Amino acid sequence: MAYARRTLRTFGGGGVHPHDFKSLTNEVSIRNAPIPPEAVIPLQQHMGAPAECLVEAGDEVREGMLIGRAPGVFSANVHASIPGKVKEIREVYLATGIPSKAVVVEFEGEFERGGNEPMPWQDKDPRELLGLIREQGIVGMGGATFPTPIKFTTREGSPVEYFVVNGVECEPFLTADHRLMLEKTGSILEGVEIVRRILSPRHVLIGVEENKPDAIEVLRGEIARRSADIEVVVLRTRYPQGDEKQLLKALTGREVPSGGLPLDIGSVVSNVGTVYAIYEAVVLGKPLIERIVTVTGPALANPANFKVRIGTPVGNLLEECGGFSAKPGKIVAGGPMMGFALADPGVPVVKGTSGILALSERQSRPVLQTPCIGCGRCIAACPFGLSPTSLYKWIEHREYSEAMAAGLMDCKECGCCGYVCPAHIPLIQGMKLGKLMARKKG
Amino acid sequence: MADVNTNWSARVTVSPHLHEGSNTARIMISVILCLLPAGAWGVFLFGLYSLYVILASVAACVLTELIITRLLGRFTLNDWSAVLTGLLIGYNMPPSVPLYIPVIASVFAITVVKMAFGGLGRNWMNPALAGRVFVTFSWTGFMTTWKTPLTWSADAVTSATALGFVKSGLMTFEGTVRGPVEFLASKGYPIGKLPAFLAPLGRLFPGRYGALFLGNIPGCIGEVSALLLLLGSIYLFVKKIITWEIPVSYIGTFALMIWFLGGRPFGGAVFTGDVLFHLLAGGLMLGALYMATDMVSSPLTSKGMIIYGVGAGFLTFLIRIYGSFPEGVSLAIIIMNMFVPLINRATRPVVFGYVKEGKE
Repeated sequence: MAYARRTLRTFGGGGVHPHDFKSLTNEVSIRNAPIPPEAVIPLQQHMGAPAECLVEAGDEVREGMLIGRAPGVFSANVHASIPGKVKEIREVYLATGIPSKAVVVEFEGEFERGGNEPMPWQDKDPRELLGLIREQGIVGMGGATFPTPIKFTTREGSPVEYFVVNGVECEPFLTADHRLMLEKTGSILEGVEIVRRILSPRHVLIGVEENKPDAIEVLRGEIARRSADIEVVVLRTRYPQGDEKQLLKALTGREVPSGGLPLDIGSVVSNVGTVYAIYEAVVLGKPLIERIVTVTGPALANPANFKVRIGTPVGNLLEECGGFSAKPGKIVAGGPMMGFALADPGVPVVKGTSGILALSERQSRPVLQTPCIGCGRCIAACPFGLSPTSLYKWIEHREYSEAMAAGLMDCKECGCCGYVCPAHIPLIQGMKLGKLMARKKG
Repeated sequence: MADVNTNWSARVTVSPHLHEGSNTARIMISVILCLLPAGAWGVFLFGLYSLYVILASVAACVLTELIITRLLGRFTLNDWSAVLTGLLIGYNMPPSVPLYIPVIASVFAITVVKMAFGGLGRNWMNPALAGRVFVTFSWTGFMTTWKTPLTWSADAVTSATALGFVKSGLMTFEGTVRGPVEFLASKGYPIGKLPAFLAPLGRLFPGRYGALFLGNIPGCIGEVSALLLLLGSIYLFVKKIITWEIPVSYIGTFALMIWFLGGRPFGGAVFTGDVLFHLLAGGLMLGALYMATDMVSSPLTSKGMIIYGVGAGFLTFLIRIYGSFPEGVSLAIIIMNMFVPLINRATRPVVFGYVKEGKE
């Protein structure tokens, strides 16, 4: 299927179009990753407060049992992803480098779940459905892991105009969402109907980039078969279109106000992975204990898409792919534009882990950093209309308030600036540091 | 290599983990390579000595930067910016200038304009142009003595540049001509006459304008061939090392103003200026394509670049037509260099999410 590129919708200024490397895995079907002998399940897998631990060492846990309870609204429940015995509660480092308390479960015993009768949800109250989503620990699966129930809590008197399903997957290498759309089309569409019941939006859109023509076709076919009121919008391939603010700009032409939420412009955005998790949570009564992870990269023997139990160490997945085919230069959790380089194969897969990449030595070689030559390419590339070079200079000189005034907090760390900088200045590192310091100074 | 744990790479850096592939040195080297054809033409036109002028400038820039960075315990020559500065200084010299002048221009450019402010990226003025302007005002005689192209017949009556010839000629001229080209012809300025072995080129670019476009005229070593400068810039445009904003707004504004008022000194009406002559006769192409576009000393945003280009175009016009110098490109650009911080401040991009209601 070919599209007339110029006519396709996309977001406003900035953005980049890196080589996507998706052909490594976009035809590899999702398969189950082996059950880890030991699952390391962090209590902080989401934005907000960590869950409160409900178990202690020696406890028996069943698959899907609640082991961490959200202490408030801005948090999420955490469930045991495998049955077994709690070995210990210990501090682990997440992919982000941030430490979190984690429940370590040793695999033991039997799987009891499975074969649940699908629950008829059509006549349930929207509030009850929202409760189920909260109960089962659903968070945004696109990477930001924003607690989904908060997103779905609409305000009185401000109706939702658009519910947007994010099937963009604009990060290079990743094909988890792509495969999910191909293989679980029906379940995703049923998930959309559940969300429709909760939000009663006026329009439901699914945004997919043109580089996934098979997914577009399958989705459209299934929508037609069900005669569902959902529009699949084909978008021009451009990074970072999967950012919810950029996606809304592309689809609705509206901009989420600085510091605001999509709800401020009457919209709610959820990743296809989230919608699928909602389907499983509501229809099958299954908490969020598994996710799809693309394990790929030029240094990997057999790249694959896996359905992975939360808490599976990254190293296990790489072994399952046949290990490295060449000495890797860097191992990254997430996509190459926003992901985190890993120092240790023991880092567990969490709710927000969309991919594991083994980059080649050549892709990871450190490059000589030269002074900023004022080319302005970072400004042209910034989809948020910031001046990364100016922000970086202020941060370098510890002028955090200047940087804040120029929009430091509007930076989503998408990495477009660093991707184009000919001087190889670590701009995103600067932004992260600047935000940290600015917050510290209050 | 199945054992993941033993082959783990612990290289940890902050995202993004992919890069477009550009780097500073590659940008500088690209500009240098794209400038070479125009320089080769200059050497062909004015003889081997002009090559020494270019080499002296490059060597002086490189050596100066080497010495200063050694004293500071640094090494920066691998960004190739010193070579580019040297090349541009050489290109901006009259072909017969004594070698100490480009050397002084280079030492001034690197020491005062570039390194004193912190090196590459910190210079708020284009070092090559600053160097050239410094020696122009210090050794005006040498800097305005031109060499007749070797392609001209030996009995040529003048070696002034076309712009200079017109400017000084107009001071004592009374009467009316249809513009600079006719003026040159009426005074016997041998523009447009090519030697026999260049005749095929002459057929390709016929007449006086053809000669101007080819660059068969006196002038600075690297500025004379508009053709080769334009050809070189195509690669830079394709590689997005230069973007359209500065060249288009600079040349466009200049052309518009020349068309509007450039005919007045010849006794013509408004909107009779000879645009083509002014585009091809001086250093405009070198300036607008390679010097005004210097990333360090030009604005950051697209809008800023346009303002800067318009300013440079207007100032060049002002100096050429109403100023006391025949040529105004270098001065116009360094004046606009000084406005860059202001322009940057005034053209900060609009942050996403600050669009006013109803302005979709």
